[in-house]
Order: sequence, then structure tokens, then C-alpha cells
Amino acid sequence: MPENIYKLYKKLKNRGLSPDRLQIIERELEYYNRKNARNRLAEIEMEAISGLYDANDFELFIGIIKNNNFAVSIQTLDDLLERDKKREEDGFPRKIRIGKFIKPDKYKKEQIVVVPTTTEPKFYHDNATTQKEDETGGSGEGEEGEVLGEQQIEPTEGEGEGTGAGQGEGAEHDISSDAFDLGKMLTEKFELPNLKTKGKKVSLTKFQYDLTDKNRGFGQLLDKKETIKKIIETNILLGNIDENNEFNAEDLIVNPKDEIYRIMSKEKDFEAQCVVFFIRDYSGSMQGKPTEVVVTQHLLIYSWLMYQYQNNVQVRFVLHDTEAKEVRDFYTYYKSAVAGGTSVYAAYEFVADIIEKEQLAKENNIYIFHGTDGDDWEENGERSIAAIKKMIPDLSRMGITVAKNAWTSIDKTTTVENYMNESGLLKDKAELIKMDTFSAEEATESRIINGIKKLIS
Amino acid sequence: MYLIDQHTKKIMEECKEYARAAGLTFNDETLEYIVTNRDMISLSPKNMIPTLYDYWVHDVEVLKEQGKYKLYPHNPYETVINARPAISFYNDNNPDWLNIMIFYHVLAHIDFFQNNILFENTWNDDFVGLALADKRLIENLRSEKGRWVDYVIEFSRSIDNITGYFRTLPKHLSKEKSTSLSKLHFYFDIFLQEILKVSPRLIFKEIERYNSIGHTNQELAESVFFSEVKTKYPEFNAKFENYVSEEPAPIDIMDFICKHSPFLKKQENRWMQSVMTIVRNTSMYFSPQIRTKIMNEGWASYWHDELFRNDKRIKGHEVDYARVNAGVTSISRVGLNPYAIGLRLIQHIEELADKGKINVDFQKINEISQRDKYNKKTKKGKETIFELRKNFSDFMLINTFVDQDFIDKNDLFVVGKRVNVEKGVYEYYIKSKKAEDYKNMLLDSLYHPPYIKVDLNKTTDKNLYLTHQFEGKQIYKPYIPDVLIGLEFLWGGSVQLETTEIISAEKETDNESEGYTFRKVLYTMKDRKIEKTNL
Repeated sequence: MPENIYKLYKKLKNRGLSPDRLQIIERELEYYNRKNARNRLAEIEMEAISGLYDANDFELFIGIIKNNNFAVSIQTLDDLLERDKKREEDGFPRKIRIGKFIKPDKYKKEQIVVVPTTTEPKFYHDNATTQKEDETGGSGEGEEGEVLGEQQIEPTEGEGEGTGAGQGEGAEHDISSDAFDLGKMLTEKFELPNLKTKGKKVSLTKFQYDLTDKNRGFGQLLDKKETIKKIIETNILLGNIDENNEFNAEDLIVNPKDEIYRIMSKEKDFEAQCVVFFIRDYSGSMQGKPTEVVVTQHLLIYSWLMYQYQNNVQVRFVLHDTEAKEVRDFYTYYKSAVAGGTSVYAAYEFVADIIEKEQLAKENNIYIFHGTDGDDWEENGERSIAAIKKMIPDLSRMGITVAKNAWTSIDKTTTVENYMNESGLLKDKAELIKMDTFSAEEATESRIINGIKKLIS
Repeated sequence: MYLIDQHTKKIMEECKEYARAAGLTFNDETLEYIVTNRDMISLSPKNMIPTLYDYWVHDVEVLKEQGKYKLYPHNPYETVINARPAISFYNDNNPDWLNIMIFYHVLAHIDFFQNNILFENTWNDDFVGLALADKRLIENLRSEKGRWVDYVIEFSRSIDNITGYFRTLPKHLSKEKSTSLSKLHFYFDIFLQEILKVSPRLIFKEIERYNSIGHTNQELAESVFFSEVKTKYPEFNAKFENYVSEEPAPIDIMDFICKHSPFLKKQENRWMQSVMTIVRNTSMYFSPQIRTKIMNEGWASYWHDELFRNDKRIKGHEVDYARVNAGVTSISRVGLNPYAIGLRLIQHIEELADKGKINVDFQKINEISQRDKYNKKTKKGKETIFELRKNFSDFMLINTFVDQDFIDKNDLFVVGKRVNVEKGVYEYYIKSKKAEDYKNMLLDSLYHPPYIKVDLNKTTDKNLYLTHQFEGKQIYKPYIPDVLIGLEFLWGGSVQLETTEIISAEKETDNESEGYTFRKVLYTMKDRKIEKTNL
């Protein structure tokens, strides 16, 4: 993003801003500056630091790297989920958790893997509360107080701490397959309401039964043409038919397996198409928790869509700060860095534009999920509302998640909430537009999932 | 998984000869297997024991962010498993020279397993065989009882780090010796200080008196010393007897629940006791291993280096070896490498003993150059490290031998991690080069489960009362309800846990004056509901 963020800032300032708003905007600018400054610094990135019990002979000698990616060893996810369901019946809390992204290999580039995880709770000492700082060992030259290296608190490439996106270069990764598994768990675990019962076209995939499959030996209807072909084929192989001579049909040997039948089968019929837009605010104020929450929520929605609609959903990803851009895949969407200021309308106009230009509404249900912390430099939201109104006829559902950041108190409404409420859209078009607000700091996995339920109810 | 070929086996047998000649002792028979990455995936959650019982958590595996809470020091798995015969694992494309190096490393591990007294209780059985029998039993039970077997495994595993491992060890210590030790301890620490409440001056005087008797006559010191005590304090002996009989035996909660739970005693639940015992035995088997990680790896690294460098088969591969060895035993710039620390400590101790530095006279010298020059040429190095290998755990090793000389020699320091708000980064910086700090940092990173015991006075058939001995760290709170719910099931009644929580005092100003207050709390798990009250 060029320096026009400052132009916008000046413009807004000249127009006059309340102290509150000024503070919000300046805070974002500060993030923006700090990030730029940081990018300029040549940094020594610390490698993952190993503790006493991390190293073992296998890695060091035998050359077999401990493969931590246990996704491969889970052969019966279904069994595990079934078991987990039973736990509840037996009166014990469920143990399999989802939506944790892990970085399985400290030596390779970061990877995102979505796996079911569980913990084995035991009584352990908790070091976190008594230790002022993490300590480890080190060796070599240097005096006390000397800095050995740095590690970014807010990773530039990815965001979210720990459970969020990884940092580092974008290694090639196919998130879809993992997302598929996660989606499966979601539908089973939380029984999300089905989007298709609410959309304007009833179903995405329709099953039709037809005599389309072929089967050898038995079936509902003999396919004569195919059967004769097969008999000829068999007899050529047996040497009963010579291509240069005539042959007598009576001499041919008929193998029962040569009879080809038609049988009933389930046919998929794609009736309705569906386009889902994910919009994420990645402005400065989104740093940390809000981003983590939004990204997690969108990953869950995305995973669930992948599962429910078997990859038949067209998904588009849009990021915005003061400008909006489309990114090509979820991975980039999810990893992209926090940038400058916030203009929600930029994203809405951008999406409205895509819908219009590509004529998406003609053949598709359109869904929009937007995640933000509720800050918007445009205070009255005039252009945002205008853009929404423009899209409304085409929409099947728009879901806005406001994940409030740490400095916004939960009872104070944010700019986005304000203008959405004032516009009356949430009431007038309650069927089409939903908004969910919570504090990002306190958002647990179940709160995030409840949020999804709310958005798609 | 298949055995190594005859050619490689021959190399192994040659290595055994050299290792024996150097003083290592181990059983004749060993088994070496080739494993693939695929084998590893299924073996590593089972700590490389192919016959370990099946459990669904192994399938899911705990994927915790590394070091996040440092909560999950999983059992270290080894190239070598401590079975009879010892089994070790390799991959199939190692060149011969590398195999020789690894074999020496492995043989030293086997020597360690078979001679270090912390492993005493593993010497009489073949764990792989035992585990197989256990696995079959569990499979059998599972076909009858279904998922309830897994619940019992789960709940047993939730306390399998509190097994009273050390209590099972000191069989070889003669009883007489331990009581006379505690008699002295009782006299100085409890009788004089707590019962008589005498002045410190008098205590020092008594200590001096004991030491002076000890100088002249080591063996009789105690009886001479106490004969005078008797005349001075006639009530001493009675008080001491009283004290000894009063001291309650420590209770290992896992064993206690297994033996005394009214729920498990019911006829239909007896099978659960077998499951608990299996889980407990498995944990006991791994206990010495996790408590000797530094010792064991240091010992093995010491010997692969010592033996391979003096082996003529290294010829032509010196550089290759140096590379691999450096990869294993170089001290990290930041981070802890048990191989490196263990090796350096063992070498340090060998040098100390060679120069006769392990004695009081040396310790009294403060002047650096004198300390450097000190050399009694006692040449006790090898003998000393063999003693060390026999008797020491990681804790003892670090606590005894990490001193300033060691720190300075290896340029070690404690690395701290702090936030630099200006730059928005974590900074790793050299926090301290003092031996004391380094030692504490190491000790703090050692495996150390909380000490929790059963309070017999407050425990009834309806209620199990546990107390946690507070050692400056609270128990990781999010796990407490999960563990207690399992214990409630196993006890068949409510469970209470008395523990101490740390509350960081309100920070009024920005300066980081860290203040903590401690609060005793009582968790009660009843009808699968958790409640917490302040005590």
C-alpha cells in the first residue's frame, strides 16, 4: 500500500474528527509505521529453541526424523468421533478438539495442518505463573545483557499467536484436504444448521436415480449392445473369431460374466451454484486476537462448506484495509499480513463490483462472510451501507462478525455496529443480513462456533 | 521391521569386544532391527515398545505446541529399548563407519540401562514380553467391556506421573545406615531447632563437636557423639523413637486407589485393578529413563567418542565422524542439548577426578590460577565416571557438578527472553553467566511431577482427599477438573484436592515489582461437578 493512507488520514482529519476516532485512527497508523520500520530492520530470526527432552537418537543419528504429523496415522477418524460422542453419553467431557493449527516440523517451512487433537490431562507444574521470563541455556561469546537474537511478537507473514497462522514463507500446501476432515468433524460435532435449507435455491446437489451404471453378470436391465460387444471380445480372445472369415454365431461361447446389465445408481446433479465471499479486515487494529478469531471462524466456515458441498462451492477471498484486494486461495487469505487503516466500504464496493461484473447473481447463491473488529475510518458508513444495499437483491446471506479488540469495551458499540444498526438493515432485511458481536479476547472455540450458527441461522 | 544383516551384525559383535575392553558391561545378547519411517510412526507414540498396549490417544497423539507450557515432557524414546535382550533400531542405508559409531553409542546406552541403579527394578524382567502379555489382557478385556476399558486406561494415565517411583528404589540401602542418618538429621534439624529451640550458636557448636569427633574417629563418631547427647538431654532417645514411629509413610496415590478404592473392590470391577496395574507398571518402567536423560545421553556420547576415535576402523572417515559428532554434541548457542551438557559434564568430572580435585581441600581454594594449577595426579577419572554412571540421576549430576569452573570452561550462560515493546519483538539475551543461575535453570527444566499424596485422616470410602505438597509452583489449572473427574470414577465417590494457588499481586505501577501471594484452595469433584473453595 502506497502512502495514500496518509492522504486519507489528512483528509479525514481536516474534515474534523472526534478525539475517540482520532485515537483509533492514529493507533492504526502507528501499527502501520511500526510494521514498516520493522520490515526495514535486518533481523536475526531465532530458530525454534529446543529443550532438554526434545532431542533424541533417532533424529541425530539414525537419520529418521521423528514424524510428528500424526494426521497420517489416524486411519479411523470416524471411530474417534464416534468414541467422542459416546463420552458425552457416558457423562464425561468430550476430548477431541478441532481447529488447532500446528506446525509439525521445526526444521522445515511452516505448514498448516488441521487435525483432531487431544490432550492427556495430568497434574503438572505450571511454570507460566512464577517465571517472569522463559529461560533456556546458551553458550558462546558475549557479555551479560547482550542480545542474541530476536523473534517477532507479531509475525509479519502470518498472524495469530500460537494457534493462528504460521509464519514464514508460503510453502505449498493443500489446505482443502485437511479442511475437508475438519468440516466433517464440525457437522458431526456441532450439528450446524444446513445452509441449503435457508438459501433461495433449495439444494446444491441433487441426487437422481437412474439406470446408468453398468454391471457384469446381473442387474435390472440387459444392455444388449454392450453384451454382444463383450461376447465378441471374449471370443476373439478365445480364438473363435478370425477377422478374415465369417463366423457362425452359434459357435460363440457365452460367458455369464459377459452379460452386461444396467443397474440403478445415484447420480449427482448440480442444480444450484453457490459463491461464498470471505472478507477479512486486516488493518492494523486487527492485530493479535481479533485476527485469530476471524481467521479461525472463517476457516471453520470454509471447512464446513468444503465438506457439506463436496468442493462444489466457489469460494472467493477478499482482504481489505483502506483498499480491498482479492487473493487466490484460502492459504494466502489466511496468512496475509496485517497492514494499514480501515475502510469497510472499500471491500463491500469491491465485492459488489465483482458480483456485478461477473454476473454471479444470475446463477449463484451468494454468501458473504465478513470479519472485522468494528473499527472503520468512515464514521457514518455511508458508502458501506450503499454498497450493501446495492448487493442486497443478489444476496442469500451476509454474515458480519465483529470481534472487538482489547481496547474496545464490550458494551461500547463500534463504528460498524453503529452504522449497521442505524441503517435499519439488520431489522428490515433480518433474513439476509446477520451480525454477531463479541470480544475477541474472550472468544473460545465454542463461542466462535456459536457465532457461525448465528450467522447462518 | 527386520533384523540387520550378518555383515552388520559382525560389526556390532566387534564393537562389543572393544566396548568390554574399555570397561563397559552388558549382556551378551542384543537385537538390532531395521525400521522404516512408517514403522516409526506407529512405534514412537508407544515409546518404541512394539508390544505396548493400544490406546486411542496414541492414535490422535498429543499435538501441543512445542514448549508452550513445557507441560508435556513425553517419555523419551531411545534408539535402544531397555529390554532383555536389549533391542535397538536403525535404518538400512547407513555406511559401516556410521554404524560403528552408532553401535558404540547404543552399547553405552545398554551399559547404562543395565548398571545405573535407578533402573534396578527393570533388571529382572523383559519389558517387551511383559508388555505383550498386558496388551493381550487389555485386548481381551476390551472385547468384553468395550470402551470402559479405555476410560480406565485414560483415568489411570491421568495420574501415572505420580507413582511414587523413588519409594520403590532404595532397597539396597541398609536400614541401619538410613536410620542413623536420620538420627543425626533429627538431632540437628528437629530436636535442637524445633523442640528445644536453642540458639544458633549452640547448634554450630554441636556441629563443630560432631565434626571434630569425626576427624579423629570416623566409624565411632556417631556413637561417641550421641553418648554425650544422652547425658545432656536424657529425653532425646524417647523423642527420637516417637518421631520415627509418627512419621507417616508416604502414599502413592495410584497404588492407593488401586488397592483401597471401594469401587474397584467390587467383584464386577476387579478387572479395572489389572488395567490400573498395567498402566502403573508401564509408567514405572519409563520413570528411570526420563530421570536420566542427560546422564544417559552424555554417557553414550562420551563412549561413542572415546571408543570410535581409538578404533582403527575410523581410518578415512575422521572428517565424516567429526561432522556427525559435532551435530550431536555441540552446545547450542540458544537452547538445551542433553547430549552436549551430559558429555561436557562427564568429561569435566573425569578431569576433576584425574587431578584429584574432588575433595574438600580443593573446594576451599578460591584463587582462580591456583584452582587451575591444582593437580594431585590421582588419575581417578575413569573410576569416578563409572561410579557416576552407577549412582547418579540427572538431578544429582546437575546439582553436584554444575559449578562456575564448568560454566566458564564451556562459555555457558542463561538465556532470557524478554519483550522489546519498541521493536515489537522478543529478545533473547544473555541473562546470567553465574553458575548458580545456570544450575537453577537446568534444574527447573528437569522432569518433575508434582508431589500429591492421600490424606488418610480425611479420606473415607465416600471421599478421597488428596493434598498437594506445594513446591513453589502451582498445578496447571485447566487440567485439574479433567483429572479429578477420572479419579471420582475410580474411587466411586467424591474427590477433593487441596492445593496452593499463586495469585500475582496487583501491579499498581509499571515497574515490574513482581509480587505473589499464595492461597490454599480446595477443589471438590462431586457428581462430575467441580467446585473450588478457599481454605
